[in-house]
Amino acid sequence: MIRFARLYHAIDATTKTSGKLSAMEAYFAEASFSDAAWAIYFLAGNKPRQLVPTKCLRQWAAQEADIAAWLCDEAYHAVGDLAETISLVVPSGVDAQSKTLTEWLDQRLLPLRGKTEEQQRADVSDIWRETSPATRLVVMKLMTGAFRVGVSKRLATRAIANCWNIPADGVAHRLMGNWLPTADFFEQLIASETGDTTISQPYPFCLAHPIEVDSDPEQLGAVDEYAAEWKWDEIRGQLIRRADQTFIWSRGEELMERRWPEIETAAERLPNGTVLDGEILATESDGRVLPFAQLQRRIGRKTVGKKLLKEVPVVFHAFDLLELSGQDLRSLPWEKRRQELDALLDRVVQPQLQRTELLNANSWNEWRLLRAASREHNAEGLMIKRRSAPYDVGRSRGTWWKWKIAPYTIDAVLIYAQKGHGKRASLFTDYTFAVWDAGQLVPFAKAYSGLADAEIRQVDRFVRQHTQESFGPVRSVTPTLVMELAFEGLQRSTRHKSGIATRFPRIVRWRHDKLAQDANTLQELLALLPVE
Amino acid sequence: MVQILEKTALGLYCRIGDFFVDPQQPVERAVISHAHSDHARWGCRHYLSSREGEQLLRMRLSSDAEFQFLDYGKSISIHGVRISFHPAGHILGSSQVRLEYHGRIEVVSGDYKLEHDATCTPWEPVACHRLVTESTFGLPVYRWESQAEVFASINHWWQECRDAGKCSVLYGYAVGKSQRLLAGLDATIGNIFTHGAVEKGVAAYRRSGVQLPPTRHVGEVTGRSDWRGAMILAVPSAHGTPWLRKFGAIESAMASGWMAIRGARRRRSVDRGFVLSDHVDWPSLLTAVKACDPEEVWVTHGYAAVVARYLQEQGRNAISIDSNTRSEEEDEIASEIVGSEVEAVGSSAETDSTETSTALDVDALDQDIARPEAVEQSNGESSA
Repeated sequence: MIRFARLYHAIDATTKTSGKLSAMEAYFAEASFSDAAWAIYFLAGNKPRQLVPTKCLRQWAAQEADIAAWLCDEAYHAVGDLAETISLVVPSGVDAQSKTLTEWLDQRLLPLRGKTEEQQRADVSDIWRETSPATRLVVMKLMTGAFRVGVSKRLATRAIANCWNIPADGVAHRLMGNWLPTADFFEQLIASETGDTTISQPYPFCLAHPIEVDSDPEQLGAVDEYAAEWKWDEIRGQLIRRADQTFIWSRGEELMERRWPEIETAAERLPNGTVLDGEILATESDGRVLPFAQLQRRIGRKTVGKKLLKEVPVVFHAFDLLELSGQDLRSLPWEKRRQELDALLDRVVQPQLQRTELLNANSWNEWRLLRAASREHNAEGLMIKRRSAPYDVGRSRGTWWKWKIAPYTIDAVLIYAQKGHGKRASLFTDYTFAVWDAGQLVPFAKAYSGLADAEIRQVDRFVRQHTQESFGPVRSVTPTLVMELAFEGLQRSTRHKSGIATRFPRIVRWRHDKLAQDANTLQELLALLPVE
Repeated sequence: MVQILEKTALGLYCRIGDFFVDPQQPVERAVISHAHSDHARWGCRHYLSSREGEQLLRMRLSSDAEFQFLDYGKSISIHGVRISFHPAGHILGSSQVRLEYHGRIEVVSGDYKLEHDATCTPWEPVACHRLVTESTFGLPVYRWESQAEVFASINHWWQECRDAGKCSVLYGYAVGKSQRLLAGLDATIGNIFTHGAVEKGVAAYRRSGVQLPPTRHVGEVTGRSDWRGAMILAVPSAHGTPWLRKFGAIESAMASGWMAIRGARRRRSVDRGFVLSDHVDWPSLLTAVKACDPEEVWVTHGYAAVVARYLQEQGRNAISIDSNTRSEEEDEIASEIVGSEVEAVGSSAETDSTETSTALDVDALDQDIARPEAVEQSNGESSA
């Protein structure tokens, strides 16, 4: 455990990728397979189910530190990370024992779940007494499931690949989906021969690069080197049919079980050894795509009722074929994979299994015109794919491009601010924006991203100097700052005072040139709503 | 008993003596706790401060003002108010300002720390009826390690960088922190160089009689030079600038109390953060209040509301006298060396605050509009 904590701090102590990589390689080279399995589990961003309610941890930390709960909360808001707050306020312990990472998890952490609150309280106090602040920070990060140390899954994958001198793509594939962090798993992970794919295992997703809104797609090359499809606001999914079973994975590598029954039923018709990449969309019976707001009604529901199934039917739009008859097709050019996909879906005709429409064009200009009409189709732009490209792992440049239409924008007034988390801890970085309605400012969106670091510090200073009232961690400020917000879409919402919810709101720029009274109005915002 | 100090928009004011302590804007007569620019503002007619800080104050402020300096413990009287300075241990010449009138004593701590500092006279408690204390690090997450340990880690880091053939760049505020760092460096490891702003501060310390290891100003080194193994003391604003290029392969670190929080350290994007502060941490703030044992505590500069509330719960009569929390950046600006130029610190014009403030329904927004990245995760949003 101490060694793993040291790895954490070594990664944390450098801003250089090469330094992080060599710290991980050194750890993997020394660690037992079971420790290495747990290490990659956490480094890749996985977390166990909640072991102890965070509410309890906060309460106990305040008790151990002998401070009032409100003071512990103040500390938490300044630090922006619960594990770190605990490591700082609870009196320092001493690293008592040299148990391994695996022993820590098996004997001390995982068993916490399911224990009574008193027992948990006692165990957690023991843990705090037996850890130095540095070790405790890491243990608490494992416990609170917020293990983020500035390493991407890809980088951790590379460390393993380098350490055992094996191809990184193979390691990435084996790290997909659900697996248990055991010594056996790790041995498999670094084994040289392939063919060990478990039947549910998805392939790493190929991701698209954006074409900037104002830039010229012509520079990508001749138009006939590319194919184009609508880019929908949808749920990306990988549909697997193997050994008479169906698995649908989200892009977040979550197995979406029983969430899309109509697609699962249709998938039973696919031959075994088939893997489709595509998107889940809500559509009208005539195939027209419904706005994302409709699809959203089905997101997050573990089981779907009859009524909803009827109101929001979904289809799987396949756009790629990754495996056919158990053969991995990813190294074939897109064009060839698409031919195979078409042939497959010609044989398996199911209304819930569609293929994406290819948008033919003889010039970039034709695509440009189509793209300009995206909103009429409820699309958000075009996907541009290179015909000769294999199916790449991750966001590799030049394979797929997303060419989005310009987002909606509106000028809004910053009225509330709250401190951020992680890297933005103790800075006011989380803002609530409002627009005018009959002389009043009505809040309608929160935005967290888009400002440069220097601007964030300026806004932070502004908030500190222009606080009107504090409500717990939230400050209301003199409405002065105007920012241009962009968002992908908007929908009516009864939960908001403004009656509007925006999708992916973010800050485009700080409008220094505008006064609060120059910001947009609610009427102007409502005018952007799609015609219903 | 008559009150000596009152809070005004310009800062703490003594009506009887007609002077301000650390005024926020130019005034006729200013009593100055120490030379950082958020305490020693430019443009006053008359300054009174400690003898130990004379060189620093003269370096920072216009020479056409009138200066008067007092040794620690010596006093003068203005309209019957006895003023004396007592060491605050924050930086060279930093003082607690003690005011006495008809038997009542009020003390303005300025910025202070309890730990011994090789570059200035250590803090000592001053009994008083009212204590005005800072609260920059007034949260229980701030507990400093002993400086011996911190300096050992800094020297160890320097040694490692040297052995790896790299140049070490250590950022600290130009006045106070850099000189304390310099005093703690093990000069046997390698040569120590200074950034221009740091060099000015070092020179003022030396003029004041503080013994420091030898340094060389980077600007004096002409032509190509081998910087491997060297230590560069620089101001934080030099980070990420082309000025660093000449040093070749570097490792960077920042020394500040703010480095106690990982987020603050990562925001700096320096390789290392050393937690070394010239302010009181949580335990020593409480120790100081206990030692001075005032009837009343005014808390300012930092987590004032938090500290005041805590002290109240401990049975003390405490209030927060300022609502602005302190930020890392302000500290940095306050410590920059700008000579006698006017500084724009916190001068953004107060805007009309008569706008209606709408009710808080932030929580409702939170439920619906998750953070963009969170939404992306839960949707498994497209490739795209």
